[in-house]
Amino acid sequence: MATKLRARRHRRVSPTSESRLAQWTLIGLSLLFMGVILVLPLYAVFHEALAKGIGTFFAAFAEPDAQAAIRLTLLVAAIAVPLNVIFGLAASWAIAKFEFKGKAFLITLIDLPFSVSPVISGLVYVLLFGAGSFLGPFLKSYGIEVLFALPGIVLATIFVTFPFVARELIPLMQDQGTGDEEAALSLGANGWQTFFRVTLPNIKWGLLYGVLLCNARAMGEFGAVAVVSGKIRGQTTTMPLQVEMLYNEYNATAAFALASLLALLALVTLVLKSALEWRFGDEVAAAER
Amino acid sequence: MEVRVANVRKEFDRFPALHDVSLDIRSGELIALLGPSGSGKTTLLRLIAGLEMPTAGKIFFGDTDASEKTVQERNIGFVFQHYALFRHMTILENISFGLKVRPRSTRPPAGEIRRRAMELLDLVQLSGLEKRYPNQLSGGQRQRVALARALAIEPGVLLLDEPFGALDAQVRRELRKWLREIHDRTGHTTVFVTHDQEEALELSDRLCVMSQGKIEQVGSPDEVYDHPTSPFVFGFIGDSSELPVTIENGEVWVGGRAIGIPAHDTPTGPARLYFRPHDADLIEADASMAGVVTASRRVGGTRRVELEVGGDGHKVEIDLPFDHPAGEKTRLSFRPKRWKLFPAA
Ligand SMILES: Nc1ncnc2c1ncn2[C@@H]1O[C@H](COP(=O)(O)OP(=O)(O)OP(=O)(O)O)[C@@H](O)[C@H]1O
Ligand SMILES: [Mg+2]
Repeated sequence: MATKLRARRHRRVSPTSESRLAQWTLIGLSLLFMGVILVLPLYAVFHEALAKGIGTFFAAFAEPDAQAAIRLTLLVAAIAVPLNVIFGLAASWAIAKFEFKGKAFLITLIDLPFSVSPVISGLVYVLLFGAGSFLGPFLKSYGIEVLFALPGIVLATIFVTFPFVARELIPLMQDQGTGDEEAALSLGANGWQTFFRVTLPNIKWGLLYGVLLCNARAMGEFGAVAVVSGKIRGQTTTMPLQVEMLYNEYNATAAFALASLLALLALVTLVLKSALEWRFGDEVAAAER
Repeated sequence: MEVRVANVRKEFDRFPALHDVSLDIRSGELIALLGPSGSGKTTLLRLIAGLEMPTAGKIFFGDTDASEKTVQERNIGFVFQHYALFRHMTILENISFGLKVRPRSTRPPAGEIRRRAMELLDLVQLSGLEKRYPNQLSGGQRQRVALARALAIEPGVLLLDEPFGALDAQVRRELRKWLREIHDRTGHTTVFVTHDQEEALELSDRLCVMSQGKIEQVGSPDEVYDHPTSPFVFGFIGDSSELPVTIENGEVWVGGRAIGIPAHDTPTGPARLYFRPHDADLIEADASMAGVVTASRRVGGTRRVELEVGGDGHKVEIDLPFDHPAGEKTRLSFRPKRWKLFPAA
């Protein structure tokens, strides 16, 4: 706020044409960049999906395989996101409110999925649960299939998406410190009451924000899931995998129809995220203060 | 309730924040923990609260050993320096929190909780603000809400950590007076931390001066101010002047000259003389200290001059009437009418 005011005053005092030129050049460049990189492809997706008319577009969703893919994607997200919420809460709680050895290491570890290629993330599970591993055959003898089945897809998705909630909450919780929790305890609240009545309300918007991002990624993940899924049509293909398979079979309309659904998800996420920031901006700011 | 801190030691990762501290807090008194930054005041307060556990030693509430009890079981009211109000709750919800989280068997009915919260709001003079949120209040108002919230659970002991630390001088003074009134009205045993000696002297029944993780002196404001038992306390509370001296023949000597102060109880040899600037009298006698004015400034209704005493460049401060003609380089003879001798460190 203060800097904004100062900047405005500064501009009034010396409105040099160079700075304005630089300003417009920068804005123009970023708009151009976003247009080429983001908007154009998005337009292409919807254009291509609707190219053969609305009927063909909807027919693509009537396919049993497409429906299975949508169901699988929703199921995976429904399992992975809540688990990552719990994990993210626990990790950020531990990191923000306690001092312990290896804390810096844990923070680095949480970032690992961001720095590792998703393909590698998938391969890790192939190594862990594949036919040549110890765990794979062991679990198989009990009738539990991990690889090329739902558990593998869920595991890979969890791995890829687990930083989102934690990364959102750690700075927020660190900033808030332990004062409110201590106050609640001193007033006689037990651990659960303190968590649900004090901690959770303090972080709810940050948490929702993290969940949104986590969910978007969970539904859209391709690389890691591709490695562990085995791509069994109608069984282990998620939406992104299905899109790729359709595309490889030159079924562009169906591929883009499904892709448009994913793009729509991205747009909805964006809108919700902006709405959160806009509607609760001051509350988030208050929480961060 | 009485609180007895018995030989408590507290270490953080081997760093001793408190060494063997013992303190008896009387029922119903208002006691201040005073000391410089890092002396362990907050640590001692948090130990009493149960927000920290002692490395060694015990803490008694009345006759019961509270050392092993959790903060919830101790039934204390804690007021934090930065308020720690719940920002997503209204003022009324903040104040009722402690009653609402009680187990069903001891929780008053909702109407009763509301009535009590409103009563407390009235006590802290904030009636009408119950629907506001903490960020809609001024710092002083927030601190009063924090106090009301702590009082709501009817605590056995009220603990305040620099309650007015974040407020400006004017509001501080008002709240100070007001806290004293509340204390006199409610009669809670109250411990408050401050590093403002004026606040401690004015507000407390007794004060406990701390330094480097130890208690230096405990006593009434008058006792501590008039009879400091250690050089630290003398230097920390009130203004003071200090001078290295020698004890010989039961007398105090400065720069090879007896200054007319008897010292029968102090062992012969080097010592340190402490006195207050306003206790220095100008006298025309051989048995006195002599110094040359090196600086002078106006303090309220008096003039405080800095004198160089003896040949070693030691400086002391004394107070003169503001219209005293002494200027730079003026030579003055003086002798303190009250003083304290401590063995040389
Ligand atoms: N959680 C902690 N971990 C490590 N050291 C600590 C911790 N809390 C306090 N200390 C140390 O213990 C000593 C006493 O701290 P304490 O907070 O009690 O001081 P204080 O008298 O309240 O000071 P201030 O007036 O600055 O608040 C300090 O040296 C501090 O660094
Ligand atoms: Mg402190």
